[in-house]
Amino acid sequence: MKTALLRAGRGIRWYVKQLTGEAKWDEYLDRCRRQGAEPMSRRDFERHRAEHQENNPQARCC
Amino acid sequence: MSTDTSPRQAASRMAPRSMLVWGLVAAVGAACWAVLALSRGEEVSALWILFAALSSYAIAYRFYSRFIAYKVLGVDNTRATPAERLQNGADFDVTDRRVLFGHHFAAIAGAGPLVGPVLAAQMGYLPGTIWIIVGVIFAGAVQDMMVLFFSMRRDGKSLGQMIREEIGTVGGVAALIAVFSIMIILLAVLALVVVNALALSPWGVFSIGLTIPIALFMGFYLRYLRPGRIMEVTAIGVALLLLAIVGGGYVEQMGLTDALTLSPNTLVLALVLYGFVASILPVWMLLAPRDYLSTFMKVGVIVLLAIGLVIARPVLQSQAVTDFALNGNGPVFSGKLFPFVFITIACGALSGFHALIASGTTPKMVAKESQVRMIGYGGMLMESFVAISALIAASVIDQGLYFAINSPAGATGGNPVAAAEFIRTLGFTINPADLTAAAQAVQENTLISRTGGAPTLAFGISLIFTKAFGGGLAAFWYHFAIMFEALFILTAVDAGTRVGRFMLQDTLGNVWPRYADISWKPASWSASAAVVGAWGYMLYVGVNDPLGGINQLFPLFGIANQLLAAIALALCVTLLLKHGKARYVWVPGIALAWDLIVTMTASWQKVFSGDPKIGFFQQRSVFSAAFDQGKVLPPAKSIDQMQQVITNSTVNGVLSAVFALLTLTVVASAIPIWIKALKSGGLSTTEIPHQPSHLVAPSDFFATTEEKQAVREYEATQRELAGSGGRR
Repeated sequence: MKTALLRAGRGIRWYVKQLTGEAKWDEYLDRCRRQGAEPMSRRDFERHRAEHQENNPQARCC
Repeated sequence: MSTDTSPRQAASRMAPRSMLVWGLVAAVGAACWAVLALSRGEEVSALWILFAALSSYAIAYRFYSRFIAYKVLGVDNTRATPAERLQNGADFDVTDRRVLFGHHFAAIAGAGPLVGPVLAAQMGYLPGTIWIIVGVIFAGAVQDMMVLFFSMRRDGKSLGQMIREEIGTVGGVAALIAVFSIMIILLAVLALVVVNALALSPWGVFSIGLTIPIALFMGFYLRYLRPGRIMEVTAIGVALLLLAIVGGGYVEQMGLTDALTLSPNTLVLALVLYGFVASILPVWMLLAPRDYLSTFMKVGVIVLLAIGLVIARPVLQSQAVTDFALNGNGPVFSGKLFPFVFITIACGALSGFHALIASGTTPKMVAKESQVRMIGYGGMLMESFVAISALIAASVIDQGLYFAINSPAGATGGNPVAAAEFIRTLGFTINPADLTAAAQAVQENTLISRTGGAPTLAFGISLIFTKAFGGGLAAFWYHFAIMFEALFILTAVDAGTRVGRFMLQDTLGNVWPRYADISWKPASWSASAAVVGAWGYMLYVGVNDPLGGINQLFPLFGIANQLLAAIALALCVTLLLKHGKARYVWVPGIALAWDLIVTMTASWQKVFSGDPKIGFFQQRSVFSAAFDQGKVLPPAKSIDQMQQVITNSTVNGVLSAVFALLTLTVVASAIPIWIKALKSGGLSTTEIPHQPSHLVAPSDFFATTEEKQAVREYEATQRELAGSGGRR
């Protein structure tokens, strides 16, 4: 029971993190580590993402 | 197009146990539909509608969407998707299917599926229920999935681009103009819903107004304090939002009642200013954080509403089919069941606007081709479920009250005594005292003529939640629901204005290249101003229409949305024929034929009907004849209002005609291509040729055992590759 709840909790956390895009940072760090590259700071990374959002607006429907 | 055969084999090997399960689902669905069809004049529980919907969706998803995916479209998991081939971590990005489902759903679902069904409830609960369920299965979800698929096979091209390349320049230009003008109407009608929900409601203005500083705070928090901590800041934001709703109950004690009791015209001005500023501010400041809030509110309310319905088990107060369905004299909007139910309920059954989302960011993020089924078809089923919940919420309200809330002010006179009398003439009864009591229960000044659907829905939700969760929180739940709707309408207004601005800059850039530079302030500001000006004008027209803005504009919005669907479905038909799949062309074909019949009948009536309540030009000539003689016709109260009616009906009539002509242009320019493709058994298209896929990912919501095994093996090889410095 307890493990099932824990698993569900972890699943929801994973989902929300993915959905909001917060997980992009972790993925980026992973990628840098694998390629042996020096990652940029989180602040710069998030600015990069905001910049992209700025120029690619997505319509919200009715 | 080669086809992945494994799922088909799986289908033919249907196990006895799954046959039993699906047999049961079908039996439950049939029983629910039978109860809905046969009950007359007795108490019908709303759960019958809920379960009729859920079992119909399950069967349609399991069988029809699978047929479309594997036979009609021929999804092919050996083919690399644009996300896999062009992965750049930004627009092209392989995304987990369940996450992409969430993204896609958040983008397609908004206030539309909440408002349309509420208005259509004037014809009873049955017509709306049937159209929402049958429409989504055979039209709406089919359109969304097909457009998503075709765009995915073309590296995520937009609807306009695909029409230009596959149908021709004339069709492409007509489609572009149609998309732009439909977006303007959509934004105006959505904004009108917010104005009608907030006018004279200090509580509402207080809570919604506070969302702006809350979103700004979140934006600065994410930018400067703790970059990237979205979950954390969203939790803070949601808590502040709930405080803002609770705080609204104390406006009187705070002495803000007068300052926050705004007239509709003040709100129009505020919304237009807000829309302009929001669309030129950087997205991180306002739009992005507001989007997080509205997504969470959206999901939260939908889940809560589903649970609430099951616990409260409300009884439907509305008749199955009211007289208005047949005589067309309903006060909420004029016109008979056919075609107007199918126009009023657009989102939730068939929404052309979704074709823009399905050919936007979503196709660039799909991991495996077979996932278009759960994302396109599944996402739209979920939206349809939202529409069904809204229909139920509107149908559990006392019908006298429902019509008092939704009839235009010109009819109800705006005061309890006159409204009760008007309701009596409709054939329903309600005491003036009950009308006042209902408003007091949710702490509003009045509920009379609060058209636009939001107050009705909020009242219905508050009834259901109060019954389900107890606690006498009716006023809180009412404003909670208003907040929920207003929040994502404002997000849609922000995002829509921005998209409109980009479209305008892009189009004018063809003539004057510098104008397309999105970082050039004079261009972006003037394009924003033009877009805001256009929807702001329509909003002003709606707010000041003596005949009732929702009554006049909502059918126009519905027709426009469904016409866009006709354009998208015409593209689907064209592409199936070009791909030599004429034997399956009936799949989008029946949806297209039905949609054209509905929209063309509705457009015809809106333009040519001799009934001044329906035909815009007849309305114009009746009012202008009276105006020439210096007479004032009700519901207009002055000669100025007469002038207003004349201007508005001209604008609306011209728009109706233009929308219909644009759609006909697109369809007419597609027909020669259909004939050519039929004769030659297929034509070349812009589809990207097959390139092998290396990625492994499950197809459906739940991965099968074999899929899980395959994913594990794939991940193991990826790790090995990564260990040896190979590609990601």
